[in-house]
Amino acid sequence: MSVDEKTVRRIAHLARIAVTDAEVPHLQGELNAILSFVEQLNEVNVDGVEPMTSVTPMTMKKRQDGITDGGYADKIVQNAPATEDNFFLVPKVVE
Amino acid sequence: MTELTHLTIAEARDGLKAKTFSAKELAQAHVDAIEKARALNAYVLETPEKALAMAEASDEKLAKGEGRALEGIPLGIKDLFCTEGVVSTAGSKILGNFTPPYESTVTRNLWNDGAVMLGKLNMDEFAMGSSNETSAFGPVVSPWRREGSNVSAGASGAIEGTHLVPGGSSGGSAAAVAAHLCLGATATDTGGSIRQPAAFTGTVGIKPTYGRVSRWGTVAFASSLDQAGPITRTVRDSAIMLRSMASPDPKDTTCVDLPVPDFEAAVSRGVKGLKIGIPKEYRIDGMSPEIEGLWHQGTEWLRAAGAEIVEVSLPHTKYALPAYYIVAPAEASSNLARYDGVRYGLRENGRDIADLYEKSRAAGFGREVKRRIMIGTYVLSAGYYDAYYVRAQKLRTLIKRDFEEVYAQGVQAILTPATPTAAFGIGEKGSGDPVEMYLNDIFTVTVNMAGLPGIAVPAGLDAQGLPLGLQLIGRAFDEETLFAAGQVIEDAAGRIKLPQAWWA
Repeated sequence: MSVDEKTVRRIAHLARIAVTDAEVPHLQGELNAILSFVEQLNEVNVDGVEPMTSVTPMTMKKRQDGITDGGYADKIVQNAPATEDNFFLVPKVVE
Repeated sequence: MTELTHLTIAEARDGLKAKTFSAKELAQAHVDAIEKARALNAYVLETPEKALAMAEASDEKLAKGEGRALEGIPLGIKDLFCTEGVVSTAGSKILGNFTPPYESTVTRNLWNDGAVMLGKLNMDEFAMGSSNETSAFGPVVSPWRREGSNVSAGASGAIEGTHLVPGGSSGGSAAAVAAHLCLGATATDTGGSIRQPAAFTGTVGIKPTYGRVSRWGTVAFASSLDQAGPITRTVRDSAIMLRSMASPDPKDTTCVDLPVPDFEAAVSRGVKGLKIGIPKEYRIDGMSPEIEGLWHQGTEWLRAAGAEIVEVSLPHTKYALPAYYIVAPAEASSNLARYDGVRYGLRENGRDIADLYEKSRAAGFGREVKRRIMIGTYVLSAGYYDAYYVRAQKLRTLIKRDFEEVYAQGVQAILTPATPTAAFGIGEKGSGDPVEMYLNDIFTVTVNMAGLPGIAVPAGLDAQGLPLGLQLIGRAFDEETLFAAGQVIEDAAGRIKLPQAWWA
């Protein structure tokens, strides 16, 4: 399978990465090189093989469903580019 | 006396204990060496004041006879580990000003054992790369040069000539250890990012079993593959450092609740009676006679030390790299969705929220990272998920099964080359076709796919005078056998003579 320019633009939008017209052909070539490399996986018969979900067989640790951390909103927003009163600021989302 | 920066961790530990020198003297020697080595670009951030303050605290502990496992040992930290109050960038512009208000479990463990932080080490952006060329802060220069090469530090302190890459993604870690700019460094490995740079720089690097080391506070690339480990100058030093880095951790549900063994005690165990497998599928077409010769030599060393050598088969080996280039980008596209220009990191304003996301991510991520996010987005998208992602996860089951079958035959470790070639020059690979660069990880990536431990040990030099490494692959949670067998190779090969400080 290979991707065309339209698909490259669609993937970029799904990934929320702005691409310029000049970048599209390069990305298309690079993505197609990777897709053609992974094509060889189709040689393998995978009928009846379970897809891996966990590389080490282990049961997931569980902890008490309680509050164990928190109470420092100022630390949470400390690295944010724009904040007000410990809230993150974004452009208007709802009209 | 040996220069303080040329000591091993084990030697420095003994010298500090015997009060032959102080932790402060040891830290100062490294601070001075780092300052003179800026042309290598191994450190993205130097923290000399922190280093000296931590060393002073270590001297107090040592004076009272309360020295801990790594008391006063100066280390470099890959910039993927979040360090409280110290900028942590993951090699990316998008995290260029990110100052974590918390400490990663790995670095917390090191400081709790008395280690001293020298600074943060350069790396490929988000650990995606095999040459350190994708770092937003410029490539790292390998301290190694080809014989007769014209590479030098010019009058201005800049590098002249086409230098070699240190490998990646832990390129800063490997270069700093090889150039004597720290006694050891933390590193991470998703497809070979500890073992390949270790092999390129004549250093030792171990990727432990998945789950041995906590991933909490380490910037995520591909969560089911990422593991942290050390890069050091000897096998023993790796054993010392890994013991301190590893721990159970309630903050990482994939980190196992197993006691951490005394890895150093395993170093002198030897390989007598061990069954070591040689996988025939690693003998790839076009393999250089030098690498093949070294591999054969390694086999003979282990045999001479009493190991039983058997040929084994790992039939799905060739599919590990293509499967990896579906699984790793898929996980990365999901993990890196958090960089949105809202909660932290770089922000470019837009006309609405979607435009803000798209512009911030376009400005903040480099080319390789964008490429991988886009591949990941594609293979997870509706209509392609089964054909790519599910198929790759099935291949991963088969790759792991290959290893299980070999280990079920009584094999305790597997010997392979670490990389298909020695280090290459900057700009030499991957500029047209990204896959050319990806092939660097052909021998290491299987290990991540199967969640197993793997160690790279320097084993010799090629005709150009550059180091080559061998890799040992172990059973899950049996790093001890790797340290034992790694030491046998180190003893037989002799410690590699690291380059003189031509850059200083």
